[in-house]
Amino acid sequence: MLDNVKHIILILSGKGGVGKSTVSTQLALTLKEKGFKVGLLDIDLCGPSVPYLLELENKDVHQSEGGWIPVYADKDQRLAVMSIGFLLNNRNAAVVWRGPKKTAMVKQFLTDVCWGDLDYLIIDTPPGTSDEHITIMESLKTTKCDGAIIITTPQLVAIEDVRKEITFCKKTGIPIIGLIENMSGFVCPTCSECTNIFSKGGGESLSKLLDITFLGTLPIDPRVGKLLGKACTTEHPDSPSSKTFSSIADQLVHTENK
Amino acid sequence: MATTTEVSQNVPELAIKSFLFVDCPGTQSEDAGKASACSGCPNQNICASGAAKGPDPGIELVKNRLKDVENKILILSGKGGVGKSTVTALLSRSIAALNPDMNVAVLDIDVCGPSAPRVMGVAGEQVHQSGFGWSPVYVDDNLSVMSIGFLLSSVDDAIIWRGPKKNGMIRQFLSEVDWGKLDYLLIDTPPGTSDEHLSVSTYLSQANLTGAIIVTTPQEVALLDVRKEIDFCRKVNIKILGVVENMSSFVCPCCQTESEIFPATTGGAKQMCSDMNIPYLGSLPLNPVIARGCDEGRNIIAELGDSPSTKNLTAVVEKIIEACRQ
Repeated sequence: MLDNVKHIILILSGKGGVGKSTVSTQLALTLKEKGFKVGLLDIDLCGPSVPYLLELENKDVHQSEGGWIPVYADKDQRLAVMSIGFLLNNRNAAVVWRGPKKTAMVKQFLTDVCWGDLDYLIIDTPPGTSDEHITIMESLKTTKCDGAIIITTPQLVAIEDVRKEITFCKKTGIPIIGLIENMSGFVCPTCSECTNIFSKGGGESLSKLLDITFLGTLPIDPRVGKLLGKACTTEHPDSPSSKTFSSIADQLVHTENK
Repeated sequence: MATTTEVSQNVPELAIKSFLFVDCPGTQSEDAGKASACSGCPNQNICASGAAKGPDPGIELVKNRLKDVENKILILSGKGGVGKSTVTALLSRSIAALNPDMNVAVLDIDVCGPSAPRVMGVAGEQVHQSGFGWSPVYVDDNLSVMSIGFLLSSVDDAIIWRGPKKNGMIRQFLSEVDWGKLDYLLIDTPPGTSDEHLSVSTYLSQANLTGAIIVTTPQEVALLDVRKEIDFCRKVNIKILGVVENMSSFVCPCCQTESEIFPATTGGAKQMCSDMNIPYLGSLPLNPVIARGCDEGRNIIAELGDSPSTKNLTAVVEKIIEACRQ
């Protein structure tokens, strides 16, 4: 099913709530705006955020001869999305599954979805280094996966979990494309004073310490969380977030052309 | 892999949802391994054979070990990074400081991302084994901590475990730690509604669990997952003591303007609590002093002094103690 997918990129972080899904959706939208065909697969089964962030809640996945048809975020069908959120009848219902059932679902997402031709498939993951991660890593061994983008926030308590995720990548042979520092500083809209609520620079120094490419810094910008399906690069083109998203997308495209 | 592919390709779309939606009948059920929910489940054969029947011997061990623990509270959230470990640290330190005659402990069952050692200021410590079990690490005379973080030799060490191994670890933590007599045991959990949560609720099923405190942040993308956690609590019969909203607002230290960093576009935790009919315990502001204090493992309670954070935290603690009495 992934034969016609040119590039597969995992979005990982040991820590929860650092912005994996926000970065995944914005990166997918940015790449789409740059003219690529993009797929976004959400394998966070207990806490799927992608349908909400793309304003696609209540959309359904349909079954065809060839497999599951993903939900398209746009009329031109340039952004295809799959998430367990589309399969739940009630947005408040818990998916209470142990590992084996999660594993079966992740495998099904990889084998049964008709993505068609894609330039990029971005895979959004839950926090941790457990069933979902082991399964996706094992399943992608036979496919060419470009590697993982690691997301962190600057404070030590997040960095520590992220270091574990980096160890996971190294141990299992997943190449690390680079690291993004999210929620780095907040600029007060009234006085323009920047406060480093969750500290600052932790991601950048980690990438130096472990010799990982540093892809960019994203500030805390409450507007980004409210975009719901719209690309930051088109809605707030002059914001620091837009510049970072655009630069990361360019770095991805550039790396592959090397 | 082949079997799941075949199943899904031959069934209509509705069947995808029904596979997801019929709940597991449970290993104790007559239908174990035979219900419609079981088809496609990798454990179907084990359940059908009856091998999984009968209570887990761990349940009895946990019950015995925790019999001198007055209140056992789970700290839950469907969402990661909302401050479960920070709130756990604040609550435990606060209860211990306010009540010097009480004994408080924190058990961190986040196996893949343990944060308790750092936020409690005991990173790098080691646990020791005695004839009575594992001795927890003491932060203060009346405050102790246990976490897998103490068992790792380096911060870079990753625990790459599937469910069953995590369950074994949680069982050991619940049944082999020598806590002594405790007034409060706060159990810090990872995000989600999966192995760790099922294990801890199963092992505590006979141990008189007091209830759960749910932590959230105000924005909808967090509440969405938190509602699932509340649904989980209801499904497995865990009493919800209440919801704490963390990172509610941010006051600029320069001009004192209040900003909503994580905007409560759907009414925040308060609205969710009234919609779902569960107690709202209060909110904690986004305070860089707390974030920094946690990173450095300092006693934040002492540093917060007379701030809104302290006022709110004390109110939350009082409500929790009251809820435990009921």
